[in-house]
Amino acid sequence: MSSSTLDASAAHEPLPAAPTKGYWHSVFGRLSRDPVALVAGLILLAILLVGLLAPWVAPVDPYATSMLSRLQPIGSPGFWLGSDELGRDVLSRLIYGARLSLLIGVMPVINAFVIGSAIGIVAGFVGGRTNTLIMRVIDVFYAFPAVLLAIALAGALGAGLINSLFSLTVVFIPPIARVAESVTTQVRNVDYIEAARASGARSLTIIQRHVLGNVLGPIFVYATSLISVSMILASGLSFLGLGARPPMPEWGLMLNTMRDAIYVNPWVTVLPGAMIFTVSICFNMLSDGLRTAMDVKL
Amino acid sequence: MKTAISNALSTSDHASRDRGGKAQPLLSVRGLRKHFLIKGGGPGKPACKVHAVDGVDLEVRKGETLGIVGESGCGKSTTARLLMRLLTPDAGEMIFDGDPVDVMGGLSLRDMRRQMQMVFQNSYASLNPRMSVEDSIAFGPQVHGLGKRESRQRARKLLDQVGLLPDQFASRYPHELSGGQRQRINIARALALEPRLLILDEAVSALDKSVEAQVLNLLEDLKREYGLTYLFISHDLNVVRFISDRVMVMYLGRVAELGDSEALYRAPAHPYTRALMSAMPSMDPLRRTQVAPLDGDPPNPIDLPPGCRFCPRCPMAVAACHDQEPELEALPGGGHSSACLRATEVQAQGRQQEALDQEVST
Amino acid sequence: MNNYFLKRILYVIPITLAVSFFCFSLVHLSPGDPMDAVVSPDAPSEVVAMVQSAYGFDRPLPEQFALWVSRAVQGDLGLSAANGRAVTSEVFSALKNTLILAIAASMIGFTMGCTFGTLAGYFQGSWLDRLVTGFAVGGVSIPHYWLGMLLVIIFSVELRWIPSSGAGPGSSSDWAFEWAYLRHLILPAVTLSVIPMGVVTRTVRAMVADILAHEFVEALRAKGLAERRVFLHVVKNVAPTALAVMGLQLGYLLGGSILVETVFSWPGTGLLLNNAIFQRDLPILQGTILVLALFFVALNLIVDLAQARLDPRIQRG
Repeated sequence: MSSSTLDASAAHEPLPAAPTKGYWHSVFGRLSRDPVALVAGLILLAILLVGLLAPWVAPVDPYATSMLSRLQPIGSPGFWLGSDELGRDVLSRLIYGARLSLLIGVMPVINAFVIGSAIGIVAGFVGGRTNTLIMRVIDVFYAFPAVLLAIALAGALGAGLINSLFSLTVVFIPPIARVAESVTTQVRNVDYIEAARASGARSLTIIQRHVLGNVLGPIFVYATSLISVSMILASGLSFLGLGARPPMPEWGLMLNTMRDAIYVNPWVTVLPGAMIFTVSICFNMLSDGLRTAMDVKL
Repeated sequence: MKTAISNALSTSDHASRDRGGKAQPLLSVRGLRKHFLIKGGGPGKPACKVHAVDGVDLEVRKGETLGIVGESGCGKSTTARLLMRLLTPDAGEMIFDGDPVDVMGGLSLRDMRRQMQMVFQNSYASLNPRMSVEDSIAFGPQVHGLGKRESRQRARKLLDQVGLLPDQFASRYPHELSGGQRQRINIARALALEPRLLILDEAVSALDKSVEAQVLNLLEDLKREYGLTYLFISHDLNVVRFISDRVMVMYLGRVAELGDSEALYRAPAHPYTRALMSAMPSMDPLRRTQVAPLDGDPPNPIDLPPGCRFCPRCPMAVAACHDQEPELEALPGGGHSSACLRATEVQAQGRQQEALDQEVST
Repeated sequence: MNNYFLKRILYVIPITLAVSFFCFSLVHLSPGDPMDAVVSPDAPSEVVAMVQSAYGFDRPLPEQFALWVSRAVQGDLGLSAANGRAVTSEVFSALKNTLILAIAASMIGFTMGCTFGTLAGYFQGSWLDRLVTGFAVGGVSIPHYWLGMLLVIIFSVELRWIPSSGAGPGSSSDWAFEWAYLRHLILPAVTLSVIPMGVVTRTVRAMVADILAHEFVEALRAKGLAERRVFLHVVKNVAPTALAVMGLQLGYLLGGSILVETVFSWPGTGLLLNNAIFQRDLPILQGTILVLALFFVALNLIVDLAQARLDPRIQRG
């Protein structure tokens, strides 16, 4: 039988003019046309690049102290953005600080994205009692405000980058797992999953080919919206003396150590915070843009 | 049964897979039952049972189209999902072409699903929005071990067979298609595993009337081409009559009436069937409805009345109907059976009514 | 209908137990001997013996937990490892100050958030809307400990208008509703209010815009209802959600205030925690976290119940 034996009109129903593209292709197309998201993305990219290229970009060694030139104001010769309480160049420290600050701010969300998605997807896909059990455990973490949980864990474990990373990962796993569970539960009950099951596919194959592609997008968008909070919290832990330790160049820690100089050299002391704020707001805008770009009904 | 998935679609292949000969039913089901538990309202209150499918026997003959009709909630779709084992039945045995399904030494679920596929009602929801049409169709064969390239080739061939130009449609996504086109894709996807039995669960119900007709014609063509057997589920009596050789009427999880399509539509032997038909719009203005159509909703399948479950809505119920649940019993003449104590009276009344109608119209 | 309330209240029991267990295990999470975590190394031997018997570290974990809970229920959360004072009294006197700060911040945040949100929702798409939305994004993106420092620099260092630290004259325990104390409250409260303001603004804006787009508002206007009445309608629909959001935010502020209190040396739970972290005073850390978390659980419960009362749909869902 060929198609000619059929009423062939089905093939001639009007088709959308737009050429067929992959989903992610069209999302990034829309994202790149969103000016706010674009600017935010470029700023983040610039900060990341400067941080990565720090040895070549930074004017001087960020660890070099100088008792003679302590607490120089902004615009001093040799210290464009002033110097800190040990006479170290603030500009160089800000540049080097981008590395550590971005790392400790973004890593917890990446970790939590991987772990939380896995937990949530399994819970949502399996359903039933397993799901209830997993989600009840997750609920316990909701009894703590995020900051409190992070500080409780980091405080008990003691200061240190690894402990701070661990604490923040634990903080972000429950919300991501919850979102992952709810989108997976929705997807699981749609007919195409049943159709896949009807074709004899095993659960793992169905998760790989049919579930992941449909749930990772929304989970990812949600995770990106957490990066901003994570940046603030990670630097906040350092600010409390729980994350990075002196003499590491890290924005939160710099804010803490320079705080005592607030009456002497006020405007230098706020610079690290301005960096945290910039990165945090850029991540928020990028995340909002991504959400809009993906929400568009295809 | 465990032949590797073949590389080409061919009619001869189906013939070679036929085992018990023409007389052996392709699918035979006994005592199929599924109750859903509804959570109790609180401590102390027991959980309620919904009798979604309550002891259904059915037999699908090779090469026929068996239609299942009934109001929404009568258990049609649950039956379909039970047959596909998308739901696990509480009870009931299934025999596919002589092989018991999902028991030791019988046909495994995976092998059964190679031979039995399903098309869902919602054409959009049953396609993965993130997969191209080609990949959706090729998924099944790939799962069963066919190579990626071969699966895609098969997908393109199937696209052609369901009336969609492969070059134009293969790389499209579901949202870029019309409802009719999507349902053609779903049919192609179901056929990709070269099944012998296709379950069509309200497969054309959501389509516009003109598109519906096209898809029905396509189904007829495909059936002839591949010697397929259909289980066609719909609430639309006209469509079921058009496509079915035999029709099964379901009411609240049980079979009310079963018979050859013509016989059943000509002389319904269950008051429920009669009511359904009288609610059916007639093309002939002179043949106006005489029997009162059904009023009220079906009783709650949670607490069923004792005796015949159609009693509360039945115009012909007598005392005996309340006492025992009638079994499906063959009517004289053969090819027709009804689960009504007064089946012959129902038919007689119907004939009377028809005579009366004719008198009026002449 | 009482079913929902009963269920929701009963649900608090397992959560409370789980939260307690988490706080209990903090001592064991800390590296090294748990004994070192709860008592200072130079404590006299009779104190060490007393602590040892109170915690029962030599017994199996479930027993330790039961022991700890039974003491906690009686109001005994142990002794500070740093100064030997009772944790319970330390935490509760600090909690009072934190509550003052959090409530002040909530009121500022809620008022501003509602005002901004309503304006933006009414004039959706205008420059005002864009300004407010940008402001709200800034509010949730700003590191509030940094904002606190900025405010200190502007108002205390440069302008010398208001003090930058402490809760007022005298000791931290006697706070009063007087200018001498209030002027110390201004900066930390404003700083802390930024987060709830951002969140409330976003919520209110979205809801107001949503309600105004509804057909029933068109119908009200078509009926010739005065704009004032339409506004009342909007308020009636938005208020429950806005209040619920605010209620939860109050809880988050209890956690969020830790960093702000540190900046302003506000003698609340945050400063207490900060000092506890600094001195590795685990009993104080544990006790403060427990009290704050239980407070948060209770607040969640109240918000949920209040919302269910106001919106009958919740009980069915």
